[in-house]
Amino acid sequence: MSVLLVAEVLAGQLNKDSTAKALTAAAQLGAVDVLCASGGCGAAADELAALQGVNKVLCADDASYEYAMAEPMAALILSVADQYEHIVFPATTSGKNIAPRVAALLDVMVISEVMAINGPAEFVRPIYAGNAIQTVTTADAKKVMTIRTASFDSAAEGGSAAVESMAVVACDAPVAWVSNEVQESDRPELTSSDIIVSGGRGVGSEENFALIEALADKLGAAVGASRAAVDAGFAPNDWQVGQTGKIVAPQLYVAVGISGAIQHLAGMKDSKVIVAINKDEDAPIFQVADYGLVADLFDAVPEMTAAL
Amino acid sequence: MAEEIERDVMEFDVLIVGGGPSGLSAAIRLMQLAQESEQEISVCLVEKGSEIGAHILSGAILEPTALNELIPDWKEKGAPLNTPVGAEKIMFLSETGAVSTPQMFMPPAMHNHGNYIISLGNFCRWLGEQAEALGVDVYPGFTAAKTLYNADGSVKGIQTGDMGIQRDGTPGPQYEPGMELHAKYTFFAEGCRGHLGKALKAHFDLEKDVQPQTYGIGIKELWEIDPAQHQPGLVVHTAGWPLKPDTYGGSFLYHLEDNQVAVGFVVGLDYKNPYLSPFEEFQRFKTHPKIRATFEGGRRISYGARALNEGGLQCLPKLTFPGGVLTGCDAGTLNMPKIKGTHTAMKSGMLAAEAAFEALQENAESPAAELTAFTEKFNNSWVYDELSAARNVRPSFKWGLWVGTLLTGIDQVLLRGKAPWTLQHGHSDHETLVHKDKAAPITYPRPDGKITFDKLSSVFLSGTNHEEDQPIHLTLKDASVPVATNLALYDGPEQRFCPAGVYEYVEDESKQDGSQRLQINAQNCVHCKTCDIKDPTQNIVWVTPEGGGGPNYPNM
Amino acid sequence: MKILVPVKRVIDYSVKARVKSDQSGVELNNVKMSINPFDEIAIEEAIRLKEAGTASEVIAVSIGIEKTQETLRTALAMGADRAILINATDSVDVDIEPLAVAKLLAKVTAEEAPGMVILGKQAIDNDMNATGQMLSALLGWSQVTYASKIEVDGDTLNVTREVDDGLQNITAKMPAVVTADLRLNEPRYVKLPNIMKAKKKPLEMKTPEDYGIDVSPRLAVQSVVEPPARAAGIKVESVTELLDKLKTEAEVLS
Ligand SMILES: Cc1cc2nc3c(=O)[nH]c(=O)nc-3n(C[C@H](O)[C@H](O)[C@H](O)COP(=O)(O)OP(=O)(O)OC[C@H]3O[C@@H](n4cnc5c(N)ncnc54)[C@H](O)[C@@H]3O)c2cc1C
Ligand SMILES: Cc1cc2nc3c(=O)[nH]c(=O)nc-3n(C[C@H](O)[C@H](O)[C@H](O)COP(=O)(O)OP(=O)(O)OC[C@H]3O[C@@H](n4cnc5c(N)ncnc54)[C@H](O)[C@@H]3O)c2cc1C
Ligand code: SF4
Repeated sequence: MSVLLVAEVLAGQLNKDSTAKALTAAAQLGAVDVLCASGGCGAAADELAALQGVNKVLCADDASYEYAMAEPMAALILSVADQYEHIVFPATTSGKNIAPRVAALLDVMVISEVMAINGPAEFVRPIYAGNAIQTVTTADAKKVMTIRTASFDSAAEGGSAAVESMAVVACDAPVAWVSNEVQESDRPELTSSDIIVSGGRGVGSEENFALIEALADKLGAAVGASRAAVDAGFAPNDWQVGQTGKIVAPQLYVAVGISGAIQHLAGMKDSKVIVAINKDEDAPIFQVADYGLVADLFDAVPEMTAAL
Repeated sequence: MAEEIERDVMEFDVLIVGGGPSGLSAAIRLMQLAQESEQEISVCLVEKGSEIGAHILSGAILEPTALNELIPDWKEKGAPLNTPVGAEKIMFLSETGAVSTPQMFMPPAMHNHGNYIISLGNFCRWLGEQAEALGVDVYPGFTAAKTLYNADGSVKGIQTGDMGIQRDGTPGPQYEPGMELHAKYTFFAEGCRGHLGKALKAHFDLEKDVQPQTYGIGIKELWEIDPAQHQPGLVVHTAGWPLKPDTYGGSFLYHLEDNQVAVGFVVGLDYKNPYLSPFEEFQRFKTHPKIRATFEGGRRISYGARALNEGGLQCLPKLTFPGGVLTGCDAGTLNMPKIKGTHTAMKSGMLAAEAAFEALQENAESPAAELTAFTEKFNNSWVYDELSAARNVRPSFKWGLWVGTLLTGIDQVLLRGKAPWTLQHGHSDHETLVHKDKAAPITYPRPDGKITFDKLSSVFLSGTNHEEDQPIHLTLKDASVPVATNLALYDGPEQRFCPAGVYEYVEDESKQDGSQRLQINAQNCVHCKTCDIKDPTQNIVWVTPEGGGGPNYPNM
Repeated sequence: MKILVPVKRVIDYSVKARVKSDQSGVELNNVKMSINPFDEIAIEEAIRLKEAGTASEVIAVSIGIEKTQETLRTALAMGADRAILINATDSVDVDIEPLAVAKLLAKVTAEEAPGMVILGKQAIDNDMNATGQMLSALLGWSQVTYASKIEVDGDTLNVTREVDDGLQNITAKMPAVVTADLRLNEPRYVKLPNIMKAKKKPLEMKTPEDYGIDVSPRLAVQSVVEPPARAAGIKVESVTELLDKLKTEAEVLS
């Protein structure tokens, strides 16, 4: 039996990044049909059809799926569930909202945030905020799961799957979308940004933090800080990354003038790529950095900003 | 801060500050006596840790004397005494070698046959359950922030700490004022260097007839080791390296159950060199050729530190004052040659309980103001005899390790503690540091991340935390003293004696002239109280942070 | 309207989870356990609704070992009126799965007939993020997850949800199952007299059998290990080399 991947399509827009990553995971389980449901989602369906590894795209184009509310989405998925052994979602807030509902309606357990697939019924997932990694097997006939997108690469372009349209399932939805509030700030939010530039005590003063911010703005990045920088008044409280600050896992984390205390690492060690700029070549941050630059930040940071 | 606010009040017969072995034993004993005579008594115990046991750090070898008296059927009741002491070793370390002392030359006080290796934290958790089952109101997560007095000058009770005060001292949105707990008797059982106990000693001049208390800092780690290296019940003590002979201290290494080993290092806080770092001495100790193998391939699972009293009998303050008593290590009942204070702390709590119960029996409404009967009971108890026999051991080490060992041999092995003399300690610990220009800087090796570690990754394992937005609980009497005196004369010794990296001298950004300022990372504090003791200027005053803050020790 | 608030006993958030050396799980003996922080937020919200006159009674319910009574006492001390403990296991190491929990909660809901269930969005131990969604499915009630603001308006609930790219406003018909996100509120400090009072508030003990629910797990844990340590990468010599590597090797910059 094959795999159903529920694409994240909100207001007709495909969240291609997370869906394509979840597709890579789903493809390890068998042939993948992708469900594309939203209002005006024809273009999204075509985009999905062009991803490698898609068997076919099921397109349910209806206003009731516009914002992927859990009730109508679950009803729709259930209408085809008997054809699939695995039902897979990207572990986005939308996917995590729907998947457990589908699982409960099928009377199976959901498996959240899968980071590796060992076989058709064996999965690896983080627990305790990533401080432990659990391997579980399931006895349920159907496996409903969400995929931790940071653990998988995106499926490549170049597919040419067929798009089939799918019948809408009537659902008396008790929840109605009203509006979205998009963040007003010029900078991306710390916890959701793809790139973060963080400054530590080495930055030296509140004024000098402008160097960090300039680099961040060039990179379209959010700005973070160590506790020492926050305590010294260089940066506001809500920029703090770490054990008692925010936990982040961007694609790229640039730590500038940060020594790399374990309490700081606790907040950023799951970043995909870590860059450290520090003048002390023995700073512990270099033990976790993918790329380390031993340099005075007052030379390196402006140079980097200028070079971008 | 709004001083005028109306605070809620609760009344009890007996209020106990501190859920260590002393406070819990007192609470249990009170309830037992009440039940035996079919009386009602209200007993409340407050504990600053997030739960009973969370702030408890000890060795620990338990001598079960007091426990046998308090709860004779402790075995049936499931007390966590799981590992009887087996083989014992004492080693004098040199940099590369070790000499073991044959058991027969060990002072009798150091024999541990019949004792148990325990986690004192777990033992306290169990005592806490016993106390609650007997009807004690046990409140972890609440600090006794302030002693309250009656108009006649007697102690009325305590005020619990305010919650939700912001860094700048103003009440925040979650502000919850502390309340007043009143009692006929308040027992202060805060352990070593209790912050209310310290103020009470000054207030009632309780130490006027005794010598200044002396202290040590004990730093401890819990390891899970290679089963091949594990020998349940094994007890090892060392003296000597890496400490210089002029510094009092040594290590302990106890093999518990489940392949766990408790390893710790105690340094007398009368050390002289401001460059000495007890933390680094401990780390270095673990690399000794005779010690290292125990930890190879193992995993460190917890870390913490706590000061301990070393003064003994000649430093024991007056135990009572109108409305209250000091018990356990808040008074200073630790037996130094045994490095054991649990059984004596328990017994002193039990004796205070008996005295209080008798006084309440005599007059429930307005019992005698001062529990002088406690002092009598104490002086007639085995605790007193023990402390008396032990009184000369620690002071003899002020002449260094070798003289101390010799005198201890004479005093303990030949005379069995019955010497006709009593040695003096000399100075308070904060007076012993020499100026930096008279001291040799010490270079410690870098941590290897396997057997030795840096402070911050160690503090991480203590589970300590404090809500960030609260006033700093390491208060300074005078904010200019750290740089002007501690740094100028002693090269900032608080950076080294604090085992949690709370104190850092960093460049003062606001001055732009390369001058330094003291950065206090209060969040890191593990409540060991060393700074309050050793600060040469006595400028640092430890006060209680928000309740529940501080370490979260598992089984320490 | 009654509000039902399910709460879970978990390792305290300030305690670092330590994996057992036999890989069977995380050490839970002698570690500080607390109420799941998101559930604490849920309790707070329910109590605020009661204080505002919207709710009439707050019932805390938990599924777990007998000691979970302590967790429920915390909820009672915060202001819940009564509590139910479904004693589903004797071992701290057994984690009752969200599906079984949701089934039990559905039964309790049927018995107690609350107008709303508020619970945390996820438990910080198993990080499943599922119980609320599952309960809503089983009850057929409005599913409202990741709420950062709720407002009861007759039989409608106005909700702000935290979603990946910001906030989303929705309306939901009552009755509803609401899962609390971090910013819904800041829970109060528990007052000492309230802890005392909480000891006297009713706490009913139940078992899964009382509800006819099988709580045996669907997932079998094969192993629990520490996350692999991050390996040190390379040192670069210059900013130019750094940017080059980030573009061509790591492919995180374009
Ligand atoms: C309970 C608890 C919770 C904590 N929570 C957090 C948390 O959430 N987040 C957090 O960050 N920390 C936290 N900490 C604190 C943590 O332990 C460290 O103290 C902190 O992270 C240090 O910050 P830092 O690296 O900026 O400062 P430092 O350790 O002082 O490091 C500064 C670094 O800058 C470098 N540097 C200086 N000048 C230059 C220059 N010109 N060019 C290049 N490099 C330079 C130095 O070499 C040094 O490595 C917590 C601690 C505890 C105990
Ligand atoms: C490293 C080390 C090794 C040791 N080894 C041994 C050993 O092997 N055998 C042995 O018998 N003894 C040993 N001891 C000594 C023993 O731990 C103490 O003597 C004993 O813990 C004293 O008990 P106590 O109840 O007086 O104080 P503590 O155990 O210190 O308990 C005091 C309690 O009060 C709480 N408290 C303090 N102030 C307040 C406040 N203001 N408000 C609310 N709560 C407060 C504290 O959080 C703590 O929980 C050792 C000590 C150390 C430091
Ligand atoms: S600040 Fe003081 S009490 Fe706290 S850990 Fe450091 S020395 Fe100990």
